[in-house]
Amino acid sequence: MSDLVSENLNMVFTSPKGETVHAIQNLNFVLKKGELLTVLGPSGCGKTTLLNITAGFLRPTSGKITLGGKEINGPGLERGMVFQQGALFEWLTVADNVNFGLRMKKEDPKKIAEKVEEWLEIVGLQGFGNTPTYQLSGGMQQRIALARCLINDPDLILMDEPLGALDALTREKMQSLVLKIWKETGKTIVLITHSVEEALLLGQKLYVMAPRPGRLHKEYQLPFAKMGLSTDLRQIKNEKEFVKKREEILTMIWNMEEEIMGKDI
Amino acid sequence: MLTGLFIILLIIILIATIVYGKRLIKIEKIDAVFGNPERSKGGYHWIIAGSCSILLLWFYFSWDVARSFFPNSANELCQVAKVRDSLVSIKYVFPIEQKTLKSSDFIKRENRNIELLNNQIKQSSIANKDKDKLIFLLVETQSLIKILSDEKYLNPEIKNKVLGVANQIDSLSKNIQNKNYPEFDSLSSEEKIAIKKQGFWGETGAEVPFYPNTKFGLKFDAASKELNKIVEQFFLIKNNSEVFEKKSKELDSVIENYRDTLAESQEVETQFAREVSKIYGRVTRSNIFPANVLDPVEQSVVRFEEVQKKEQGSLKIIDTLLFPGGTVVASGQTCSEQGSGRWLPKPTDTLKEFLHLLDPNQGYKNVPLFWYEMMGINKVVDFILPDWIADLVPGKYPVHNNEGKVISNFKSNVLDIVTGNFELFSIPVPSGHIWDSFLRVFLGLTLGILCGVPLGLFMGLSRFAAGYFDPLIELYRPVPPLAWAPLIITVFGIDNSGKIFLLFIVSFAIMVISARAGASGTQLSKIHAAHSLGASHWQILKEVIFPNSLPEILTGIRVAIGVCWGTLVAAEFLAGTTGIGFVENVARKYMQYEVIWITIFVMGLLGLLFDIGMRKIINKTIPWRGKG
Repeated sequence: MSDLVSENLNMVFTSPKGETVHAIQNLNFVLKKGELLTVLGPSGCGKTTLLNITAGFLRPTSGKITLGGKEINGPGLERGMVFQQGALFEWLTVADNVNFGLRMKKEDPKKIAEKVEEWLEIVGLQGFGNTPTYQLSGGMQQRIALARCLINDPDLILMDEPLGALDALTREKMQSLVLKIWKETGKTIVLITHSVEEALLLGQKLYVMAPRPGRLHKEYQLPFAKMGLSTDLRQIKNEKEFVKKREEILTMIWNMEEEIMGKDI
Repeated sequence: MLTGLFIILLIIILIATIVYGKRLIKIEKIDAVFGNPERSKGGYHWIIAGSCSILLLWFYFSWDVARSFFPNSANELCQVAKVRDSLVSIKYVFPIEQKTLKSSDFIKRENRNIELLNNQIKQSSIANKDKDKLIFLLVETQSLIKILSDEKYLNPEIKNKVLGVANQIDSLSKNIQNKNYPEFDSLSSEEKIAIKKQGFWGETGAEVPFYPNTKFGLKFDAASKELNKIVEQFFLIKNNSEVFEKKSKELDSVIENYRDTLAESQEVETQFAREVSKIYGRVTRSNIFPANVLDPVEQSVVRFEEVQKKEQGSLKIIDTLLFPGGTVVASGQTCSEQGSGRWLPKPTDTLKEFLHLLDPNQGYKNVPLFWYEMMGINKVVDFILPDWIADLVPGKYPVHNNEGKVISNFKSNVLDIVTGNFELFSIPVPSGHIWDSFLRVFLGLTLGILCGVPLGLFMGLSRFAAGYFDPLIELYRPVPPLAWAPLIITVFGIDNSGKIFLLFIVSFAIMVISARAGASGTQLSKIHAAHSLGASHWQILKEVIFPNSLPEILTGIRVAIGVCWGTLVAAEFLAGTTGIGFVENVARKYMQYEVIWITIFVMGLLGLLFDIGMRKIINKTIPWRGKG
């Protein structure tokens, strides 16, 4: 099975001043195929580092992450990534952005065109194929980024605060879209976020990470993602269980932040 | 006349656009807030107004307005200048344009000289006997000034002579107010022929026709001739009374005698004696008159000036209004344009000269400005195909046979083709000064882009390249391009290759730096995205890094065009036989102001065209710039 397994993962940076920063310390977890994991934590807890190591952009100082038993060593097609700002290629049209991965593989142009149509429909951007990306709104751009990643059919999807820069309304729509895609494709997804609500809503599994050194603080198994597939997201947000969990985690993170920054008045 | 109409048209358009613009400001209230950038948009009518203003200023300051509306004015002003010139010497004697009477000025100066010398002699260490003698001589010399200044000693004839001159000037003043003046034939037969031969203002090489073309001019010409004679008479009057003659002769011999007695060892005394002798000489030559003796002449000259100015009438107004920055009158007898009309060619002349240069049979220095010439296709083939292609063909080049003939084979036929040794048809290729300059910039720039962009990208991506090539680029980049010129001309010669190489190194540095900035400015997330989408290194370079650096590269090209163009013109100044800079340099040598301005316009226009072209390309290729 293509599970994502982290074994004794350590990542140590040396800052320009010569201090060593333990970004990740002895991180161990197993993520089963088809699970949706959200990672939450105060800034500096190593969320993004973890994601970058998983994507293969960084090499861990020690330990390893394996996907389906294979150690991750450099970026690869089986791990797609969605970035915070989309990281679209603004000189290309929507279609050319979406089919970028396929073009790099030099697939048959006819097949490419079909797949692009299909995916544009899934993310709700039919007919925008020839539009330059810079003319689209932030939410649309994020949909393209999603389609661009998914068209390659990766085993694992990594999302680095993909909805962080969107307004509240668009954000909610996109959250539903993520859930819909998760349900329809059955992909393993790792999603990093700052928003406790988002982490609770989308995460089948939720890791709260603590900073200095970056480590796993608490692990939750949540029902809300499954509920979200059939129920309205706003309704879920008002459920007692949801509110209770939200307050619990918020307090946890606040305490962590206070530990670092000192108490504010 | 056509010019005049055009000028009137320009004025009408200018006024119309200003009125239109004013009204538009009143109507448009949407962008009423000061500082709103929208307020600077549109406004094509102001472009027209600006162009009209420039043209009008050009017409005005080059005196083309004066020439098109008053074609004879310069010639008439020239005659006025002659009158002015005739009076200059006589006016110099009197406090008319000067502050003091010339005689008074002289006496003041010489009195001071005498006093200074007197003190020097007294304080010197020479023998008392010599001191006394020298001071005596000085006092005697000063007494000469007294004699000259005293009306008592004045020769009574002189007063009559002075009055005679004054009367002549006065009668001339009266005559020129007469409509029929001159009633005599003031022109010599040579002058009459010359008048027929001379053209109008600006028609011939001479700037302003010298001889009077109009009746008005004839009046001033005749007056100046009469004045010349009167002035001659005036300067013949000498203040040489008997007392003065006698005394000065005596003093002269005394001074000379004293100088003879001085021994060679008496250096100081000899020096003083020489100084005294100099003052004596200046006084005897001075032609000083008692203060009020010359008054009649002064008054008559002032009266004449008034009359003369009145007679100029409207010409005086034309002179002040339509000859800005100078006048023809200032040139005196030479009758040339003195002021902006001299170095600023008239638009009409410039256009004429430009059309002349455009004529492919004329051109400049036997090379047309911009034309085409027929070039055999064989030369093109020779240039494009390298000769070694023939060597690759199997077999051997033919040798001559028993009959002493060389029979060509396939290999030699191929050689004939690649070396251009055949005749087929000709194609037109552009040629001329402008094309040569353009081609140099184009080739230098293209080479710079082709070499600079890959190196720049490489330097932006690789630590090795950034470090390894940095010293080379950064050391030669700050050197002013022309500083390379002497070296490059020595190595490559003054032909195209040298200039192209110069432009190449100029554009190369710019392109390297801009491509490098573009490559190193690529967002990491985009590169990460491309990696995780399965792109290879080459694909990332081609599909992500290169397009991402395009804005910087294109801006670099835009900068490089400007710098190359500037460098080229300067390089053509230094050496070469064609090109727009060459034309300007030659025109400078021959003071062909029209040609100089034409080259300046051509350069400005070409620069503008290049820039507009680049802007169009930039808008077409990178509309996404800054929107990622």
